[in-house]
Amino acid sequence: MLAHPGLLDGYDKGPFFCELMDCAAHDPAVALIAQRLAKIEPAELARRSAIAEAELYNQGITFTVYSDKDAIDRILPFDLIPRVLAAREWAVLERGVKQRVAALNAFIGDVYHGQKILKDGVVPAALVLGNSNYRPEMVGLDVPHGTYVHVCGVDLVRDETGGFLVLEDNARTPSGVSYVLENRNMMRRIFPDLMDGIRVRPVGSYGVRLQRALAEIAPANVADPQVVLLSPGIYNSAYFEHIFLAREMGVPLVEGRDLVVEDGRVWMRTTAGLAPVHSIYRRLNDDFLDPDVFRPDSTLGVRGLLDVWRRGRVAIANAVGTGIADDKAIYAYMPRIIRYYLNEEPVLQNVLTHICGETEGLKYTLDNLEKLVVKPVGESGGYGLIIGPHASRSELAEFRTQLLADPANYISQPMISLSVSPTLAGHRLAPRHVDLRHFAITGRDTWVLPGGLTRVALREGSLVVNSSQGGGSKDTWVLE
Amino acid sequence: MNDERERPSARGDWPMQPRGGALLLSRYAQSLFWLARYMERVENLARVLDVTDTFVRHGADQSGWESVVRINADDANFFERHREANAETVPQFYLLDRENPNSIASSLFAARENARTLRPLISTEMWAQINVFYNKVRVLTEVDTQPSRLSGLCNFLRESCQAHAGITDGTFFRDQGWAFYRIGKFIERGDQTSRLVDIKYHTLLPNVADVGGPMDISQWHALLRAASGYHAFRRVYSSEMTPALVAGFLMLNHSFPRSIVLCVRQVETYLQQLSSGYGLRGAHKALEKLDELRAALADQPIELILHRGLHEFLDWVQMQFMAVHEAVAGAFWAPPREAAQSQIQSQ
Repeated sequence: MLAHPGLLDGYDKGPFFCELMDCAAHDPAVALIAQRLAKIEPAELARRSAIAEAELYNQGITFTVYSDKDAIDRILPFDLIPRVLAAREWAVLERGVKQRVAALNAFIGDVYHGQKILKDGVVPAALVLGNSNYRPEMVGLDVPHGTYVHVCGVDLVRDETGGFLVLEDNARTPSGVSYVLENRNMMRRIFPDLMDGIRVRPVGSYGVRLQRALAEIAPANVADPQVVLLSPGIYNSAYFEHIFLAREMGVPLVEGRDLVVEDGRVWMRTTAGLAPVHSIYRRLNDDFLDPDVFRPDSTLGVRGLLDVWRRGRVAIANAVGTGIADDKAIYAYMPRIIRYYLNEEPVLQNVLTHICGETEGLKYTLDNLEKLVVKPVGESGGYGLIIGPHASRSELAEFRTQLLADPANYISQPMISLSVSPTLAGHRLAPRHVDLRHFAITGRDTWVLPGGLTRVALREGSLVVNSSQGGGSKDTWVLE
Repeated sequence: MNDERERPSARGDWPMQPRGGALLLSRYAQSLFWLARYMERVENLARVLDVTDTFVRHGADQSGWESVVRINADDANFFERHREANAETVPQFYLLDRENPNSIASSLFAARENARTLRPLISTEMWAQINVFYNKVRVLTEVDTQPSRLSGLCNFLRESCQAHAGITDGTFFRDQGWAFYRIGKFIERGDQTSRLVDIKYHTLLPNVADVGGPMDISQWHALLRAASGYHAFRRVYSSEMTPALVAGFLMLNHSFPRSIVLCVRQVETYLQQLSSGYGLRGAHKALEKLDELRAALADQPIELILHRGLHEFLDWVQMQFMAVHEAVAGAFWAPPREAAQSQIQSQ
């Protein structure tokens, strides 16, 4: 008998799939982790959690909020209880993510070349060509290896049956990977006893893989290409991640003002004068990339960059114009897009999605508003959505007006009972909802980071895992 | 197993040639230079506040607090905000006041923002230390700068700057970035020492006729202590302590780590490293400027400097440091048009 209450005493996962308890039933390694957790004293876990928080803060694994005179760092809350994926589960996820990335690249290539998929009526042309992220500048442009989405973030959730569902694709500049690597570092320092003897797939090679992919897409005649990471700078909330990736890749972190276009090439300003740049991992939206082509008021980008890129004298990742593929409306067509280009059945299922821009979808959504989650197609970060079952009568009525004013801006989905993971809440573990973002790197081929970022909604009952709305993260273990 | 074979060739690589990995963004060079300057400034200011506190407390010099304002040429800014320079207003102005760009709070904020820019380059330990340091200073209030706590606070500030210096020394990769860091550090230190000597010499000698005359030497102890030079001075001049010897020691001693001469020599060393080690011709103009400074310090004994006018000389020293700074800035983080003139040829 234990002298103190164990961490998992009284843990009730409720009607949801539990990432720890339900997986432990099928996998002895997960069961071992659950046993180890059960033996830990709650006060000890709380102590370690406090150390982890202080370390994140002191080391600046943070996002910064600027005021007039000061810069206040905030951390993304980190929960010490890992999310564990069994080897066989991972094999399916990895295959599914690769398939998805292949389809996304094929789709974007087609849209900017022959537009066969639109002509064949598989995807409505208006949805793509009328999309604000459609870039006519991209038409006819060939990109190395046909890769547009060099870094792809695929968000998945698990429903109450334990089945994985894709929630959305992020084909522009997905963020969060730095937390995957830092969470692992933190776990090794703070919780080595939990991982002891358990073989977990490493995540540390992400930077090397990314650097390699960027070298693979550099102009063909360059022997030792200069790769850089282009950041909007210290005021960007993801600046820590930019630092982190530049360090992991061993390349300079540059801002727009460090780069210049001259003689049809891109250069960076160094102490020895201008030095050539061959491959740019940009963490800047399309709009800001080049004031000659996009927003003329952008001071974050580089004048003339797009022209050099179009001439094949510099590489840019991700390519311009990928936003047509990660739109929430296009998402609904992804199963059909996968079948169309790859002639395969999707490995990972979509959440059933109704497109409010279509008559049927709008009618169904209006008739079932109280049961559905309705999302604006252009927003991210969990903003502007309504969760029908959690909304009050007046909130629903107000939203209905909003929806009717601009139906094409919305999609609806049934409410998914997201899986839960035991999470420290005060001095006990309680079930909290989680999702999972995978990161796939593609140069010539696609590599998927084993695990990914588990985001957790720290508020009891909350389904919104976004960091801007009370979300935290967990280390994600893929067992060997 | 290849260690033995690799070593001679690694040595042969010195002096280093700029190549892929050895390139340094101009913006990083600038931030390294400023990071070093700000951290050095914080340390020097903490030293000055500490010694002034001791000084005034022992009744040696009632105008001590005002002299701090004058060292930093802050008269206008200070007296706009405070009626009197005393043991409360001056420490507040220099420790806490973010409206004062020369305060420790402001310098440390600037140091940290430069460090934030440099995070891709500096060690995690360097960042963590500055970050924790800044966050401790950020929450200081007027309670912490009270006379009873001032000395302890200055001690903490000085030690934190020294921890920064130690971590930097122990972890910073010795590429050209290191040279820019060191140049910034020693320009700032040389400038600070020249200001300290300038203001204290004249505060302590209100009457030129008193030069060399009998006086209270405790004030000179304090001046040396502010620069951590008291014991070293004693070892060099064990039997006497005259104003000329103290000023000469602080300015011209070749072994004292805060002397103007030593700072100039350090700046020269690192400018030469940029020039011949890294092939950066931009360093030439700064070296020329520095040469004038070096010659002026080498050619004149302290008696001659005093005779010709210490204040005028130190003013000139400060302007020369500024000229070196401007030459470095102009050569390495110049506005775009100038930078474009020297291009590394692409393959």
